[in-house]
Amino acid sequence: MDTQTWTFLIVALTSGLYLGIAVWSKAQTTKDFYVAGTGVPPLANGMATAADWMSAASFIGMAGIISFMGYDGSVYLMGWTGGYVLLALLLAPYLRKFGKFTVPDFIGDRYYSQTARIVAVFCAIFVSFTYVAGQMRGVGIVFSRFLEVEITTGVIAGMAIVFFYAVLGGMKGITYTQVAQYCVLIFAYMVPAIFISILMTDSAIPQLGFGSRGEDGTFLLDKLDGLHEQLGFASYTDGSKSLLDVFFITAALMVGTAGLPHVIIRFYTVPKVRDARTSVGWALVFIAILYTTAPAVAVFARTNLIETVSGASYTESLPDWFKRWEDTGLVAWVDKNGDGQVNYVAGPAFVGKPTFVTDEAERGPSGERLVTNARTENENELYIDRDIMVLANPEIARLPNWVIGLVAAGGLAAALSTAAGLLLVVSSAISHDLLKRSIRPQISERGELLAARISAAVAVLVAGVLGVYPPDYVAAVVAFAFGLAASSFFPAIIMGIFWKRMNREGAVSGMVVGILFTASYIIWFKFLHTGPESQEDWWFGISPEGIGTVGMLINFAVAITVSRWTKEPPRAVQEMVEEIRVPRASR
Amino acid sequence: MTQASRYWRKNVQYLAILLSIWFAVSYGCGILFAGLLNRVRIPGTGFKLGFWFAQQGSIYVFVVLIFVYVRLMNRLDAKYGVAED
Repeated sequence: MDTQTWTFLIVALTSGLYLGIAVWSKAQTTKDFYVAGTGVPPLANGMATAADWMSAASFIGMAGIISFMGYDGSVYLMGWTGGYVLLALLLAPYLRKFGKFTVPDFIGDRYYSQTARIVAVFCAIFVSFTYVAGQMRGVGIVFSRFLEVEITTGVIAGMAIVFFYAVLGGMKGITYTQVAQYCVLIFAYMVPAIFISILMTDSAIPQLGFGSRGEDGTFLLDKLDGLHEQLGFASYTDGSKSLLDVFFITAALMVGTAGLPHVIIRFYTVPKVRDARTSVGWALVFIAILYTTAPAVAVFARTNLIETVSGASYTESLPDWFKRWEDTGLVAWVDKNGDGQVNYVAGPAFVGKPTFVTDEAERGPSGERLVTNARTENENELYIDRDIMVLANPEIARLPNWVIGLVAAGGLAAALSTAAGLLLVVSSAISHDLLKRSIRPQISERGELLAARISAAVAVLVAGVLGVYPPDYVAAVVAFAFGLAASSFFPAIIMGIFWKRMNREGAVSGMVVGILFTASYIIWFKFLHTGPESQEDWWFGISPEGIGTVGMLINFAVAITVSRWTKEPPRAVQEMVEEIRVPRASR
Repeated sequence: MTQASRYWRKNVQYLAILLSIWFAVSYGCGILFAGLLNRVRIPGTGFKLGFWFAQQGSIYVFVVLIFVYVRLMNRLDAKYGVAED
């Protein structure tokens, strides 16, 4: 069977599986809809959390980013796993004991304030929509690249699937489909990784393989460092970012992870406090399987790429996959010196992303696609999109057709599962926090469940529109999601649990100042004052990606100062804090 | 001191110890001292130690830390009679 048929078959089978699970796990009550009836076993919740967490970007993008950044890519590996330690130790057990449905629930009750609740609702909605736009786009891209349909058609197909199980099943439906999606995505990630590890090294385990010797007897990492040096790139295993920036970015990602509502909410779904602790552990195990494989894939792909394309003649020695991905616009070559060979060295080949000449038939002397971008002074002739690393890996390593179909289904599973988790946060923020807890407390159980379904449906539609017409700042706003989560939710929740004296005035002013500071820094350096020169104006060399850490520190400082000068929280709230600190009242 | 505050103090002690290790492996070995540790290699492999901590080791330690905490707390819950069921 050819790739196309395999892909169609595997995608159809897995989508059918998700829909089947949705029908089986229909939500009957609001408790089912928001927290899956708190009946999810810790192991299953761990898997669901892992699928919820690992987005299209983790599946498709991360290995690529690391392979271009080398050591500097570690910020993502540590940042997106280290946050789970914070979750397990500082957040999950206590929030489970608190036992309501959402993050704004906790903020609103703990700080006895509707203002705090509303601030939290808007943060939750903003953070989730920021994130979901990228997911729907990811669904569209996977569909279009592997099944050769329009991106719009792909987004609509993805919407239909998410609509069905999120609206019908709520958290219950989402949880069990996420378990299935985790299995699909991890299988799809590991199969090519193991294949390539066997091909390139003497180890079948990628995590060990990239530290071992290649066919020529030298260590793979040494070889890659050597190739990098030869071509003028920074050494792969050493960093080129400033130490302070790496430190702050890692911290912002860790703290942001622990403060993201769609992650936190997953730990409301387990039966007991001890299950909440265990299930964070399982979640990290399942995440770590992919996150420790990604840097290995990055090294394999990078070495393979340089060896295959560097110095290769376009007409004679370049493999087929190069030209296929050139057609999709993810690879481009400009023959600056006119020798017909790919000269790949450090520096951008031209300014910006490639814009190809409109006439497909118009080709360069070697038959390459022509771009209209302004060329740069340096000698580099090659543009490679980072996403290609995982997507093209099976082809680069000449793996069988069904593996390529599997990778498509895996990317789809990663994007769909994350989108569904985020949409649930939006829907529960509207139907529970705004409607039930703020506007119409007298609403009936059935009315609230209906409202939850309707707001989930609307959220899916909005996400779909964002996927079809993506705002062109999608990549830039990821810094936003983490920065805001780090500078708003995390400090408010931590102090709410660990410091009884923290009051409404302190928490609200801390959140507001933290958000304003982080948002203005990111907006200024991402949208208004951009370009390479702007980096010199960064405070202490801290990039917008890392500023959430500073925002968090400011939040803590402001909140503590203000609460010192204002009235302590009411007795009942202090008792509530004492209560959530123990799993069960002692005998 | 009440039972509850003794339980809580013990919990905070565990947190302090485990989070120090968390900080040491990621920010310490993986970032601040990575350059220094890179002078050493894990014997028999191509991994420089700082690089390995940043891309592999810290993640393994994170997993272990969580399960250690789970065990410690399950024991503590039982000791203070606050475990569920």
